[in-house]
Amino acid sequence: MSEEPPRRNPGLLGRPAALVPARSDAGIPENPAAERLAGLAFVAALLAGIGLLVVYVLGGQTQIEAVLLTACLGGIGFGIIVWAQALLPNAPVTEVRHPLGSEESAADPGDALAAPAITRRTMLVRLMLGAFAGLAAALAVPVFSLGPAPGRELFVTPWRKGLRLVDETNIPVLGAQIPVGGLLTVFPEGYPGSADGQTLLINVGPGRLQLAPDRASWAPNGFVAYSKVCTHAGCPVGLYRATLESLICPCHQSTFDVLRGAVPTGGPAVRPLPQLPITLQPDGTFAALGDFPEPVGPSFWNVHSGG
Amino acid sequence: MCTAVADERASGAPGRAIDGGPVQEPRRPTELERIAIWFDRRTGFGRYAGTVLRKVFPDHWTFLLGEVALFCFVILLATGVFMTFFYTPDSRPTTYHGPYAPLDGTQVSAAFGSVMRLSFEVRAGLLMRQIHHWTALVFLGSIAVHLARVFFTGAFRRPRDINWVVGVGLLLLALAEGFTGYSLPDDLLSGTGLRIAYSAAISIPFIGPWLASLIFGGEFPTLDLISRLFVFHVMLFPGLLIAGIGTHLLFVFVQSHTQYKGGTRREDNVVGQPFWPGQVFRSVGLLFMTAAVISLIAGLIQINPIWLYGPFIPYAVSSPAQPDWYVGWLEGALRLGLPIEPTILGVTIPAPFIPGVVIPTILITGLLLWPFIEARLTHDRAEHHLLDWPWESPVRVATGAAAISLFLVFTLAGGNDVIGVFLNVPVESLTMVFRVLLVVLAVGTWVAIYWLASARRRRGEVERAVETAPGGIALRRTPDGGFQEVEGSPGGQPTQGGPPA
Repeated sequence: MSEEPPRRNPGLLGRPAALVPARSDAGIPENPAAERLAGLAFVAALLAGIGLLVVYVLGGQTQIEAVLLTACLGGIGFGIIVWAQALLPNAPVTEVRHPLGSEESAADPGDALAAPAITRRTMLVRLMLGAFAGLAAALAVPVFSLGPAPGRELFVTPWRKGLRLVDETNIPVLGAQIPVGGLLTVFPEGYPGSADGQTLLINVGPGRLQLAPDRASWAPNGFVAYSKVCTHAGCPVGLYRATLESLICPCHQSTFDVLRGAVPTGGPAVRPLPQLPITLQPDGTFAALGDFPEPVGPSFWNVHSGG
Repeated sequence: MCTAVADERASGAPGRAIDGGPVQEPRRPTELERIAIWFDRRTGFGRYAGTVLRKVFPDHWTFLLGEVALFCFVILLATGVFMTFFYTPDSRPTTYHGPYAPLDGTQVSAAFGSVMRLSFEVRAGLLMRQIHHWTALVFLGSIAVHLARVFFTGAFRRPRDINWVVGVGLLLLALAEGFTGYSLPDDLLSGTGLRIAYSAAISIPFIGPWLASLIFGGEFPTLDLISRLFVFHVMLFPGLLIAGIGTHLLFVFVQSHTQYKGGTRREDNVVGQPFWPGQVFRSVGLLFMTAAVISLIAGLIQINPIWLYGPFIPYAVSSPAQPDWYVGWLEGALRLGLPIEPTILGVTIPAPFIPGVVIPTILITGLLLWPFIEARLTHDRAEHHLLDWPWESPVRVATGAAAISLFLVFTLAGGNDVIGVFLNVPVESLTMVFRVLLVVLAVGTWVAIYWLASARRRRGEVERAVETAPGGIALRRTPDGGFQEVEGSPGGQPTQGGPPA
């Protein structure tokens, strides 16, 4: 590189003395207007920064802070860009593109790898790979500690025979609270707010439900209870179109027919919302006759296996 | 000649000014030089710094898109570090007390409460949060546009196929970073998103329930989830992103940047500005301008007002519910999914599996492997440093455009409830329209763009054949029927497209 006598460490500006060679100013554009513009931008940035501090000390206000921060950052950015475009030498420079890849004679990668010394010992290589496979198996130990083995929790909910239907504050729900055409989110007594036990109790009025014969008795006096967890992707089925008596999931618009056992009538869901068997008790509260007959929520590969 | 200037400066010839003029007296070094000398005496870095500082980078505005992504990442780190000082990664319930009256006294998670405090009680906290969120949107956006530029100009071809793979990895990390960050406030909207992600995970045959349990720490919702997402968001993914960005930039440096055809630009040279000072000044200026524009947007346009969504409650949901833009295509894919759930030999294929897992995996795998797919299709395995114009490869531009059409239809479908209300059309009808549109538009786009690009390429081949005619002199036919020598014609170079057909 250098034509000077070789030194141990030529360095970027390698001069042992305090003086460096003179450089001409040739190629640096003269542009006083751009210099003023960049300078003004930097001054504006300084003032905006101080202004931001003042606003902050006075109690802060998001919008004013944002505008001043923008002015500060933008002033610096604008000034630097003006400098780059108008005050730096901008003539294009051409560089030779060197070929990639090592030249075989100069640096054969195989040489550095000392490949034969390793690949000749085939058996040892295999044994070492086997050892690493063992380590990979051992690493499964911490991985499987990350969560419990999926047992029956996808198949069951807290609902049990005799548990009363309560609201989110664990107070039992009375039939009189829900007028015809109304609905309420209910939970198993003792599990208010339960994610997989959440259930919709809907009053459609007597004699209108068209349920399977073995499920007709699960809906006393026109009160029917369906799981609120969508069977498509698990969102709460939070919308009820009372005029059409259909439940709609706001996430992917799966629609379920309340009168006909919550079978899906639109959207991507396939399985009906499971129906909770309930009974009306003498005191006007409701109680479950058992858990849902099918798994609630989205499907998984063995959803129909019965757990 | 500027080339000569650069070469002489590189040789450091003593006693001669760079313009070849008379010898000038040595002078005192400037402050900048003294700092450089100080470091050089201690590290010897000057041997490499010269190469780095003089490295030439081609100039074109499309080469700045990736830089915008890089600068977004810098802003995300800065604002993110600030927010970690106030955020509590904890799902356990607490009672919110604070200046936001509508939620005062309600039960929220510690995480949600800490984001409320950051938004309402930490001075400039809301500004930092909004800058962080807006920057995340711009981050993903600039990555997407950068990726499109690299794709449509063929910049991914050998030797940069390796950097394409790194880049797609960075895109996936950025998506994961966005989704985990979006979920951290533990608000109702993001909680619904996590619920859907959990459902997509358990839909995978055989391993789904296991996988979901390992990731979420049990059946959704779990108390572990927020603290896990936090570790992913502030440590694991950022660490991988930093390593990946470093690798990405290292490859750009080692391989030298691509450049567009034209002028003096050839396969075996690089024409542009040296790294220092030209490129550094421009890039630093761009960093500040990016930060300035995002600050303005973030300060004036509200984003993710979690106090309006409320805390995550498993049995509550908001409508309409749309995620951040880069997740919208997945949401749309789920909405367009067919209501089919076959059970084959006792194995049920859940409805979300195909649109939520299989289709994204196919699209992302196709993206990742595209350089190798294209090399196999075209048998072109040569090195390329000059960029293509998009029409120069009709198959490539048609495939890219079709992929964009898929992305757009999926994204629109992710807002079908909003569009339905806006157009006063039933959502069910819209969904059917989008299902048809998805296929028709992708195929139609492919065919139309292929045809247009092919026509443009034929025209380009004719022009080039004329301009690079062998024999040293190229002639061009003038409108009045005469012939004219083409100025600056390279001459003698073989024509690439053969004679005009």
